Amino acid sequence: MAALVVLVLIALACFVGPDLTGHDPDRAYPDLRQLPAGLAAQPDAAHVGPALQRIAFRMRVRLDAVARDGDTMRLTLASDAGVDRRSLVYLPRSGLFGPPTVLEERDGGRGLVVAVPARRLHFLLGTDVQGRDLLTRCLTAGRVSLAIGLAASLAALLIGVAYGAAAGFLGGVVDAVMMRFVDVLYALPFVFFVILLLVFFRPSLTLMLIAIAAVEWLDMARVVRAQTLSLRERDFVRAARALGVGAPGIIARHIVPNTLGSVAVTATLLVPQVILLESFLSFLGLGVQEPQTSWGVLVADGARAIEAAPHMLAAPALFLIATLVALNLLGDGLADALDPQVG
Amino acid sequence: MIRFILRRLAQSVPTLLAVITVSFFLMRLAPGGPFDLERPLAPAAMENLRRVYGLDRPLIVQFGSYLASLVQGDLGPSFSFRDRSVLDLIARGLPVSATLGGLALLLAVGLGLGLGIAAALRRGGAVDRLLGIGAALTLSLPSFVVAPLLQIAFGLTLRWLPLSGWGDGAPSHLVLPVITLALPQVGALARLTRASLGEVLRTQPVRTMRSLGLPPLRVTRHALRGALLPVVAYLGPLAASLLTGSVVVETIFGLPGIGRYFVEGALNRDYTLVMGTVLLVAGLVIALNLAADLACAWLDPRLRSAA
Repeated sequence: MAALVVLVLIALACFVGPDLTGHDPDRAYPDLRQLPAGLAAQPDAAHVGPALQRIAFRMRVRLDAVARDGDTMRLTLASDAGVDRRSLVYLPRSGLFGPPTVLEERDGGRGLVVAVPARRLHFLLGTDVQGRDLLTRCLTAGRVSLAIGLAASLAALLIGVAYGAAAGFLGGVVDAVMMRFVDVLYALPFVFFVILLLVFFRPSLTLMLIAIAAVEWLDMARVVRAQTLSLRERDFVRAARALGVGAPGIIARHIVPNTLGSVAVTATLLVPQVILLESFLSFLGLGVQEPQTSWGVLVADGARAIEAAPHMLAAPALFLIATLVALNLLGDGLADALDPQVG
Repeated sequence: MIRFILRRLAQSVPTLLAVITVSFFLMRLAPGGPFDLERPLAPAAMENLRRVYGLDRPLIVQFGSYLASLVQGDLGPSFSFRDRSVLDLIARGLPVSATLGGLALLLAVGLGLGLGIAAALRRGGAVDRLLGIGAALTLSLPSFVVAPLLQIAFGLTLRWLPLSGWGDGAPSHLVLPVITLALPQVGALARLTRASLGEVLRTQPVRTMRSLGLPPLRVTRHALRGALLPVVAYLGPLAASLLTGSVVVETIFGLPGIGRYFVEGALNRDYTLVMGTVLLVAGLVIALNLAADLACAWLDPRLRSAA
């Protein structure tokens, strides 16, 4: 039950969260790279100075004096060639400051005193290598990861259920041939094929969805076929057949609905596998591509920056692991609930 | 028994053929070739290269000649590692992957079986409850998260173990990769053992043994033989995937194993090297599945007559 609550919370956070954090997932703050996680408002005292120096350099002016009064900074700028007022846009463009107001002009335009409000930004989980808000990125990445997990699982579920039910219900030679085909596919080193596909043809979301679904439907087909074999001999199926219902009708109306219990269990355990496979491929650089992002991409970024900024690995990894654990526990719980023997 | 083995081997021929055909044509259909360098070659040189490696012939002829040399046990020359045959490269990479995989398998089976048995014998005990969460947790820990964490903890902070590299197979270089490979399987095996043994322990013969006053240890031993069936069936594919190396673990720890050769080969369009590694993996999967089936037949006499 706790697992379900955690899942719903993560899904909800990923769905509405990116709009609530106050950051655009792609907005980079070049002055605030690899900030650790924390509650303090940014830019803090340690970052204001270097940030102002960088901006002054871009404006081609000297920064003669900085005075801080609450949230308002009072800057004294100077340049022998004259301070170009248009270059003041660099201040708000950095994302750290509000619109500047000119207080005073000195030396016939070679000096300028400007008041500029410092913004109060919060990066709860810190920032990444480019200075983007990690929380927002984790949440938008979660949208992609969860969407792929659900979509690929759904595709695998549809193929697997249809295939398994057909094989089990038709029986005989058809069943033997169909399941032999599944056995052959089981023996193929599938992860290798997925990697081949994605290396050779440009990695894309559709290709990855197809590849993952093609790998993951086999278990479902086996589970559904085993169930169908016993359902086929039950009285209600015989009755339907005696009434003249055709094979597609019986499979759709009588077989599939009765397999839904074990299908639900298998599907719940399938979703974490799919998410894991997706993040594994993305980690290798074969999955989701920039500018889109997924938990696997973020974990890969974090693993590269692990010495300088361990939070960059920890944050997306926690989201990923929490989701996977919750899904696995939910699947276990469903299996126990539906199995009368256990308990 | 021998007939059973022969029949299974015969059945594996179409599987292998499917693997060869699919990977061969998949690779050739892909854009790019093995000799695409950053600086393009002179057309004449390119033509010469293609003729030397036989790439100028029609695709179907190339496929035929590949099959012909394969039957003779020749996997061809590597395209990207100059003057090395694919067999050479596999002979260098396989021991690395196999050592890692073998040790990881031992660790996973030892710990997994032990924990599973302990949990099944004491339902609701400490081990059992720990396993409920622990199994789901280890199953959910991706190796590409575990590996960097282990590197930080033992390589950088504590400085007990080397960060990466093979070090000619020195034990200290093996510890972290083996743990990373084994960890998810410990949970899976423990859960499987617990469920299977728990089921057998509730059956009539076990109850009879208990009521006749057999010591608990003997009862467990008898029950275990039956309970091992699903575990052994699971071990077949597991061993194959562990022995042929995990791409991620070899990449992160910088180990010169089969998985690394595969990824590099695919990126360089090294046709023969990719084919060789894919074939090796497929062959191992088939062989180890067969071994698992034979072990199941040995454990359960009922399966012998069915086979």
